[in-house]
Parts: sequence; C-alpha cells; structure tokens
Amino acid sequence: MKKLVIIGAGMAAGRLIDRIADDWSITLFNAEPRGSYNRILLSPVLAGEKAFDDIVTHDADFYAEKAITCRFGERVTEIDAAAKTVRGEDGVRVYYDKLVIATGSTPFMIPIPGHALDGVIAYRDRDDTERMMALRPGQKAVVIGGGLLGLEAAAGMQARGIDVTVVHLMDHLMERQLDPAAGDLLHRALTSRGITVLCAASSKEILGENGRVRALRLANGQELPCDLLVMAVGIRPNVALAEDAGLEIDRGIVVDDAMVTSNPDILALGECVAHRGQLFGLVAPLYDQAAVAAETLAGRGAAFEPQETATKLKVTGCDLFSAGDFAAGPGREEVVYRDPARGIYKRLVLEGDRLVGAVFYGDTADGAWFHALIKDGTNVAAMRDALMFGPGFQGGDALDPMGAVAALPADADLCGCSGPTFSRALAA
Amino acid sequence: MDGAGPPAIRSTCPYCGVGCGVKLRPTPGGLTVEGDPDHPANHGRLCSKGLALGETVGREGRLLTPLIGGKRAQWDEALALVAGQFSQTIAEHGPDSVAFYVSGQLLTEDYYVANKLMKGFIGSANIDTNSRLCMASTVAGHKRAFGTDTVPGTYEDLENADLVVLVGSNLAWCHPVLYQRLLAARAQRGTKIVVIDPRRTASCDSADLHLKLAPGSDVAVFNGLLRFLWEGGALDTAFIRAHTEGLEAALDSASSDTPGATGLDPAELAAFYRLFAGTERTVTVFSQGVNQSISGTDKVNAILNCHLATGRIGRPGMGPFSVTGQPNAMGGRETGGLANMLAAHLDLENADHRAAVGGFWGAPAIASKPGLKAVDLFRAVQSGRVKALWIACTNPVVSMPEADSVAAALRVCPLTVVSDVSAETDTARLADVVLPATGWAEKDGTVTNSDRTLSRQRAAMQPPGAARHDWAIFAEVGRRMGWRTAFDYQSAAEVFREHAALSGIAAGLGRDFDISALAEITDAEYDALTPVRWPLSATRTGGRFFGDGRFFTPTGRARLVAVRQTPLAAEPSPRYPFRLNTGRVRDQWHTMTRSGKAARLSRHLGEPFLQIHPQDAARLGLLPADLALVTSPTGRAILRVLVSGDVAEGHPFAPIHWTGETAPAARIGPLVAAAVDPMSGQPECKAGVVAIAKYDAGWHGFAVATGAFTPQTPYWARTRADAGWRAELAGTATPEDWVDYAQTLFGIGGEPAILTDPARGTTRLAFHLEGRLRAALFVAPGPVEVARDFVAAALDQPAGDLLAARPGAGRADPGPIVCACMGVGRNAILAAAAEGRDLAAGCAATGAGTNCGSCRPEITDLIARTTVPRAAE
Repeated sequence: MKKLVIIGAGMAAGRLIDRIADDWSITLFNAEPRGSYNRILLSPVLAGEKAFDDIVTHDADFYAEKAITCRFGERVTEIDAAAKTVRGEDGVRVYYDKLVIATGSTPFMIPIPGHALDGVIAYRDRDDTERMMALRPGQKAVVIGGGLLGLEAAAGMQARGIDVTVVHLMDHLMERQLDPAAGDLLHRALTSRGITVLCAASSKEILGENGRVRALRLANGQELPCDLLVMAVGIRPNVALAEDAGLEIDRGIVVDDAMVTSNPDILALGECVAHRGQLFGLVAPLYDQAAVAAETLAGRGAAFEPQETATKLKVTGCDLFSAGDFAAGPGREEVVYRDPARGIYKRLVLEGDRLVGAVFYGDTADGAWFHALIKDGTNVAAMRDALMFGPGFQGGDALDPMGAVAALPADADLCGCSGPTFSRALAA
Repeated sequence: MDGAGPPAIRSTCPYCGVGCGVKLRPTPGGLTVEGDPDHPANHGRLCSKGLALGETVGREGRLLTPLIGGKRAQWDEALALVAGQFSQTIAEHGPDSVAFYVSGQLLTEDYYVANKLMKGFIGSANIDTNSRLCMASTVAGHKRAFGTDTVPGTYEDLENADLVVLVGSNLAWCHPVLYQRLLAARAQRGTKIVVIDPRRTASCDSADLHLKLAPGSDVAVFNGLLRFLWEGGALDTAFIRAHTEGLEAALDSASSDTPGATGLDPAELAAFYRLFAGTERTVTVFSQGVNQSISGTDKVNAILNCHLATGRIGRPGMGPFSVTGQPNAMGGRETGGLANMLAAHLDLENADHRAAVGGFWGAPAIASKPGLKAVDLFRAVQSGRVKALWIACTNPVVSMPEADSVAAALRVCPLTVVSDVSAETDTARLADVVLPATGWAEKDGTVTNSDRTLSRQRAAMQPPGAARHDWAIFAEVGRRMGWRTAFDYQSAAEVFREHAALSGIAAGLGRDFDISALAEITDAEYDALTPVRWPLSATRTGGRFFGDGRFFTPTGRARLVAVRQTPLAAEPSPRYPFRLNTGRVRDQWHTMTRSGKAARLSRHLGEPFLQIHPQDAARLGLLPADLALVTSPTGRAILRVLVSGDVAEGHPFAPIHWTGETAPAARIGPLVAAAVDPMSGQPECKAGVVAIAKYDAGWHGFAVATGAFTPQTPYWARTRADAGWRAELAGTATPEDWVDYAQTLFGIGGEPAILTDPARGTTRLAFHLEGRLRAALFVAPGPVEVARDFVAAALDQPAGDLLAARPGAGRADPGPIVCACMGVGRNAILAAAAEGRDLAAGCAATGAGTNCGSCRPEITDLIARTTVPRAAE
C-alpha cells in the first residue's frame, strides 16, 4: 500500500481523511493530544451550550476502523523532502509516498510587555477553552480583539458569569465583516448583555504579579484588572516545517489549484496555505480544499476555486451575517434597512445589477440566499425593489403602480356586494 | 348569535334614489345592516355602499354642539343668533335678502318645514336644493309635457320591458340594485338593453348596443328617433289624437336636426331606431347625462316626445323613467323645496295655488315669484344681494360648478349658517354658525324614491351630543322668528300629517301628488308605516300615471315639445382642447362624507383620477399613474392618470367625489363652468372644456397611519383604512430628511424603521409603537410601487417586513434553526427530506451545512427519520 503522512488533525485534515480511499496506509501526526474535532464549535462549548464530546468529529473507533496510525501529541520536527520522510519528536522517521501538510495556524500574540505571563492565552484549541472554562463566576477577563473569535470568547465567558471587557483597536467591532452601523448595533447588544466593549483602544502593557497576569494597561493609561487575558487578534500560518523543507512560501505554503506545493509529492491545505496569494481563515474554503486534495491524491484532476465566503457570528442572541465585499466605491450602490425597534440592520451593496456584498444584523435568516446571489453573480435588477427582504418576497408579479386607481379586476362583481344575488334573493 | 335580541328596525338606505329598504340592528359598536327582503324597491338586495352602511355610523368627526365662529356654543345662543340675524336682515333688506340651500338627503318632514318657513312666512322663494344639480331638468321637462312633475311608471316596468334604453345613466354603478333587477329580468325574458352614453361604462357590459354619441347630442338622437317612428308609421295616432298636442311642431323641429350631430354611425343609429320602433314594451331610463346639461330640459322632452307619440306611457313595461341620484330628491319635489315650486306639486305663479297654500298654512306673506336657483343663488350671495344664507345637509363648496366662487361667496356673506352632521366639510369650515344635525339611522321621517314609493327612515341609534333633527331646527328658528303656532311641531309624524293634508288640497286643485289618505294617521300608524307608492287618496292607491291618457295640463293633453339640438355651452379650442365628462364611481357617493368613512369602499377606486384615451395620453406624454394637471377657464385640478379606451379620444372623464377634506387639488367643482339650462337652471356639469398637461411632481408618496393626518403637499388624496387612514401624496421639492418629514406629517416621534435606496431615490419608513404599526411612508421619484391594501391592512398589526412594500410569497415557517451559519430551519430540511433528497442533495437544496458543516449530523439524523418506510411486500 502507498504510504500517506498527514501532519495535523484539524478540521481540514479531518475532512480529507473522510474522503480518502482505503488504499492508502495513513499516518496522522497531531500536536494536540487528540484527533479531529470541530474547532468552530468551541464557542458553544465555552458558553456551556455543548460538551466537548459533542464536537468531536473523529474518535478512536473511527481511526481504528480505518487502520490509521495516530501519533497524537507528537510534533513533527523535520521533513526530509529528498528522502520523503518526516521525523516526529520521538525521532523516528516515517516514509511517505505522499505528504499532506495541514499544520494550520498559530494565533498571533501581540508582543507587548507581559505577553508571556501566565494567564495570557490565545483562543485556538481545547486547552485554551478549558482555561477560560476554569474561571469562576465573578472573576475578570479581558479579551483583546473585537473580531469574530474574540467576541465569541467574550460572549462564552460572559455566559459563565465572568466579568468580561473587550478591547478593540479599531473604531468598530468586526471591521472586516461589518460596516460601522452594524458594528455599533453589535456593540450595543453586547453592552446590554453585560460585556464592556472598548473600541479604538490600544493595548500598551500587560501587568503581572508573581508571574501571573493582573491587568491590562491601555495606551490612555486606563488599567483593566483581569484574571485571564485572551488575545484574539489574528492568526499566522504555520509554515516553519515547510520552509525548512525548502517549499515555496509566500506568507503561507504556496499551493497550486490541485493543492500541491512546490514539491510534487507534498500537498498542503488549510490555514497554513497560500493559494494565489490568498490566506484562509474560515472553514468553508478549507473543506473545498480537502475535497480537491482528496481528488489529487486519487490521481484525478481537480481544481480549487475560492468562493465568496460568508461569516456568521456564533453568539447566541446576536444574529450577524456578512458576505462578499461591502466597501463603498465608485459604481457601487447600496440599499440600507434599519429597524431600531426590532434591532435589525441590513445593508446590500450592488455593482451594476449584481449583488456584491451583504451585511445583516438582527435577522440573518436569509443569509444563504444572499450568499448564493453574490457567489452566482445573479442579476438582481428585477428583484431590487424587495431584494432586502429575501427570497420570500421574490417571484411574485410586478407591482402595479395603478393599484390605488385601477384596482378593477376584469371579473369584479359589478356592485362589489357579498350579499345574495338579486335573483336568489327573490327566489328565497 | 343571530335570532336573539330585539327585532330589526326597518329603514331606508340614505344613498341613491332607488330607495332600498334596510334592516338595522344596533350593536355596541354601531349597527349591522342588511337588505330588507320585504321592501318593494330591493327585495333584500343591497349594493356595496348600502352593505357598508354599518361602518359609517361611528361618532368620529361628528359635530356635537353648535359652533359660533368656530367656537362651541349653546343651542339657545346659536338659535337666537340665527333667528335674530335672519329677522333683522329681512327687516332691513326684505325677504329676498335671505335664502336656504337644502338637500335631497333631507327627509320629507325636514324639507316641508324649511319650505313652509321660507315660502309662507319669510315670504321669499329663495329656497333651493342640491337637487338642482341632479334632476331639475327632469322636473322642468315633466312639467312641460305632463303639466306636473310626475314619474309615470314603476320599477316593475324595467322588469316587464322587452327593451330598456339607458340614456346618460351608468345604472350599474349609480343605481346598482335597480340594475340588478333589470339583469335578473333579462335573464328570464331576454330584455334588450341599449346604452346611450359618450363613455363606455360598467352598464355597457350587458348592453346589446352601446351608442357612443357625441357629448350633448341626445336631442339629435331622439329627434331622429321621432322622425324615424313617424316615417315608419310607428306612431300611435289614436293616442296622439286623443291625448296629446304639439306633434306637428315637434316633428317639424325634429326633422330640422341631422343625425350627423350625434357622431354615430348611421347604421348603428338605425339599429337602435328599429329596435325601439319594433318594441312596444320599451322603458327609457335617463339620469344625469340627460339632466346636467344646458339643454337638459329639451333632452328630457325629446325622450318624452317619443314615448308620448307611441303611446308608450303609463302601461306595464313601458314609459320614460327618470332615476334620481338622491334618497329623497322626490320628497323634495313633493314638498316644493325648489325655488320655482310652491308645495305639493303646486305652482308659485298660480294665484289659486298660492291662496290655497297660504290659507292652509295661515301664512302671512306667501312668496309669489320664483326664488333664486342654485347657481344664481350663490352669485347673489357673492354680489351681496343675499346677506343671510342657511345651508342644510349639503356641501356646495364641493359640488357646485365654479366651486371656488361658491367658497368666495360664503366668505363674504354676512351670515352663513350650516346645519350638518359634521363641521369637517369644505362648506361647514366657511360657516359663521354650524348647527349639529342628526344623521341617517338617528332621524325619523319619510323619503320618496324614484318610483314614488314612500318609505320610512327610522332611528336606530341615539343622536350624538346635542344634535337635533333638521325639521326641529327649522321649526325652532321659525318660532323664534315669531311664528309660534305655525311651527309648533312636536314630532315628525305631526309634520307628515300636515304635508299629507296639504297634498289633498293640491289634488283638489287637479294636481297629481296626493297622499291625503295618510293625513289622519296616528303616531303609531306613522311608526308602523310600510313602503307605499303614491297616489294614496280615497280614490287611488299607487299604480301608474297616464295610462288613461289624462294629463295635468290645462287642456288635459300631454304636450309634445318642439326641441332642437343646440350646441354645448363651451366648444373645445386650442387653449382648452379637451371636453371633460364627470360623474360618480361605484363605491362612493357625493362628497364622501358618509361613504368615505367605510374603508372597504375606498378599495375599489381609492383616488381621484382622470380617465383618458390612450391616444390622448400618448400625445400628452402621460403614462399610467402619472399625475395630470387639468385646467379649465374656471379652475384647475391635479388628477391621477387612468389610461382607458372606455372614453373617447378628446373626451376624458373625472369622478366628482373628492373634496378639500379628501383631495383638495382634485376637486372637480372648480373646473366646471356654471353654464345652466335656461329652463331648469341645472348646470352643464358633464361637458366643460379643459387643457391637460403632465404634472411634474418631484416625488410621489403613499402613506398610512392609525391617526388622521393632513399632508401639505400640492397633491394628496386621503381615504380610510380599516385601522386608520391612507393617502397618496406628490410634491415638488424633495424634503432633505424623510424621517423629519414623516414625523411632521404623522405628528409622531420616535425612530422609524427605514429602507433607503439612494441610487433609485426610494425611501420607506415605518413607525411602530409597542411593536404595532402606527404609520408608514413610501416615497419614490415616480408613482410609488407598493401593495397598498397589504400596507393599509398592516396598520395596528405587529411589526413585520412591511417595508418590502408587498406581501411575502407565502414563505413557510422555517422552524427551529438547524444550520446556524446559513439560517436553515428544521422545517426546510424536513421538506427536502420529504422530497427524497439525501444528505448531499438536501444540503445543496437548502444551503444547510454548506458553511461550517457542524450541523450535518443533525441533518443526517433528520433525513433518516423522514425516510418513508417501504410498504411490506
């Protein structure tokens, strides 16, 4: 049997394994001491809405049944591309016919003073989640970063009774996904549930005591006491192994459309890759990459085509959705809907007769439909009048502007009565 | 719940002259209304307006106390002022310096007292009525031909006829129940129906022939018919010889007219003539298209000539038939409530008649010459000849021709008194004194319909506030002016008995109107009076007139009148190239003070409009739903464009109902010149000349609100919605801040839900209070596309996707969310599963599980559970 080595058992690798035929002998390295789980659902685990076991996607039985050699908790220290081997921490070399690098990414830790103190963590894996879950109600946490991940961490801890402050460098939350108006609605919603949100706030120094975090000091001098500090300010692709192996790197491991690196026997996928200069942080394209990689390994041609991605914040009670590109610009038109009473904000961005971006807050039920319109480049000119309100308002007859004056259906009862006809009344 | 409670109160509908019987049942909130199966006019049937009556009796907008100078006042103070100032004006300037302008909606008892006060005690005949706008030409034509204002036939004649000719009558919309009777009869006996009207109306739908004649050419049509009948030997020479006079002159005159004036295809005209000639049982129904003309009286006589010359009158299934527009136009005629009549069909100019009436009333100063007819009356007010005017139960600032001049006249009149149910009418707003009158379902009395059937209107509700009956108000003013005994009425029944007794005296003088059999009825008998057709005397009960060939002229013979086709008052010119026809729509009545209260009546045609031929519209660059600026020599209006082939090229049509209260820019009265028929004084409302141009609005709007609101835009039109109001708007300058504009418009604060599409210039706003819709505004650069009924129905309902401006296409409840990323609910997944989709197909179809995929197990589970088990082999 051909030998396949996979480095990393994250979500992309898990999806790949699901799709690989049984004619490979697989060795699976993972730095975390466990197999694949749904990292995205760590937030519901943190919030207490799910247990960790609920989010495991591949358990021991699965690996046993597939006869996969699992080397969990063991980092790979070297790839020898010439010899086609990898070496793990225990020093043993494993030969491969094909290698898949799925090393994912590393959270970026802002290098301010104190960043190495105990109690300063990222939000990446189960261990981070468990650190947050270990806090007791009434303890304080600071989250640096008001993006998707940071807010999910903040909301999860807040749900556990933790006193949470979010510190965000930019003027409004989730600035990559939301426009200022939606960001402001989100800000208010989080504030109303008890989370303190500080925007345009620059972190200057982490203060410690006995090697443990004590507080965060902002550039304006304000001190935010905390028992735990979570940094969620971005990720960096894990490329060190690949770089050492001489693979081409451009921020991420460069892959072609077939997910093959600069070495024809080495594939890469997930958050560690760069495809046409683009990095990936959301799960949907990673799944697409896994499908392409499986085809490539099977010797069939397949090509990865990045799709417009949609973002959805998984914080219960804060319905938020964004997709596409919603920056203003020449040739762009926008349709905006605000309903303060219902807490709804929606913005559609159009270019010509195509929808190019959508931001929804408060009502995201039709997100998939709008996402499809963006991905498919559908001509929406005829739908524009009620486009904002989703598929339930499309496809009907065009409205008749004469409605008020020409509501005269051809078969209308001449006198508009609902009573009996005259002949019937006479007969009665 | 039916069958319980007190028995229904039988009354009569207050709208058109058909006079349908209704059964009323008071409810805590108002009234339920159903057709009275025992009433001879309608046998249980009601039209849309009648059915909605229960929705019009609310107290909203009702005047509850007298107003003096717009301020609340006591009755005593108001009556003292009115009586004092009328008395003083008469003392200083003579009886002709005062006038009453009353209404075909007054009950007979109201009319009787007002007429008695003016003609017998004040001593002037300056009492005229809005019936002047309605059937004065018929009155004049009847009197010329018959000697009296007599409707010869009965409604049954329409059912017994083999040919019914509708001349200038959109019977289907304006007298719907009578039209339904006609259609029912037609289904039985195959009645032929011919419509003679310049415009294609709803009545044409069942017509065998529609003669789209040139406006105002009715005389030529019927003169041609008379000649055709004569040439074809179809005249009833025995009847003519025994019972008529004037045939030769009439024929001479008729022969001088040419059919070319009608603009009709000679073959079409001949087809009608042959049909008429060959059908003995022919009824010719005529209405406003005949009456509202400067040659209205001649048109009436041209029609009567044909019936007299064929002897087709006063026998079953045949006769000329005037249908009136108001519930008691006939009662007004019977009491003499027109400036050129005395009382009980007696004549002002006849000294014997004056003496008889004067003696009966004990009148100190009976009028001896005709008073001012409506158009002249308001001109006399304007010129200062009339210095005290009392308007009862009508809205002349809307309905009169040159209506803006009427408004100007009221502004300069030293004393204008209005008695009405509301102070919120265009006319009442200009009054010095407004007196709160009782309305339909509060009043007690009698009305007479178009076929002489006298019915009771009965009270089913308590009058609101301090409102009083019209007869009682006139009587009280009469007493305060010094005639205590003559106006000492205690009840409507007492007034009625006096009226009936006077009719006996009139009959003794050879008049047709005679209800003397009712002169002695007791209060209880009056209360229990069932519908009955006059005459009602010791010798006659009901039936038809003139079948016996006896007429009420001095010679006893009917007069054929020599009439000629004459030009209309105004001819189109380069400056005013269009001829404007006017009329009613199906679900509104007059100035909408009552019908406008029923939301469902506004859903048919909810906005004033200009019906215009496609060629005209194209030439003017008018698209459907544009606004048109219509200008006449006397006024202007802004109307919604309704492009329609139903009107002829060059002859647009506009409805008359909208007012300063409902659509100030769309009042038709100001467009109509006050040219009148020299005999009847009736104005030519249907043939004015106008110019038309596109009205360039900067923006258009549609608004709804639970509370009343009054836009300030150059164009607006307002109607009722079930839970509030709705309005069309158009303005020139576009407001900078729509939220600010809407807050001012609706008079409410708060932050609205708002949808903006700046590139298209559309804005939509909705204001909610406690989660329910209070107001909404939809704005666009052009006519607003919005599902109006859907939006109006959302008032006072929980907040939803109203700003989509249309209902959703029946979107199903998605159920609890399964895929949080894509927002796909359980129900959507179950539906996909039910269609036999597997996981991949189900996900592709619903979008579920296509983002993070974390819901896929749950989807798999749902699909597995939905799989239909195979039937056992």
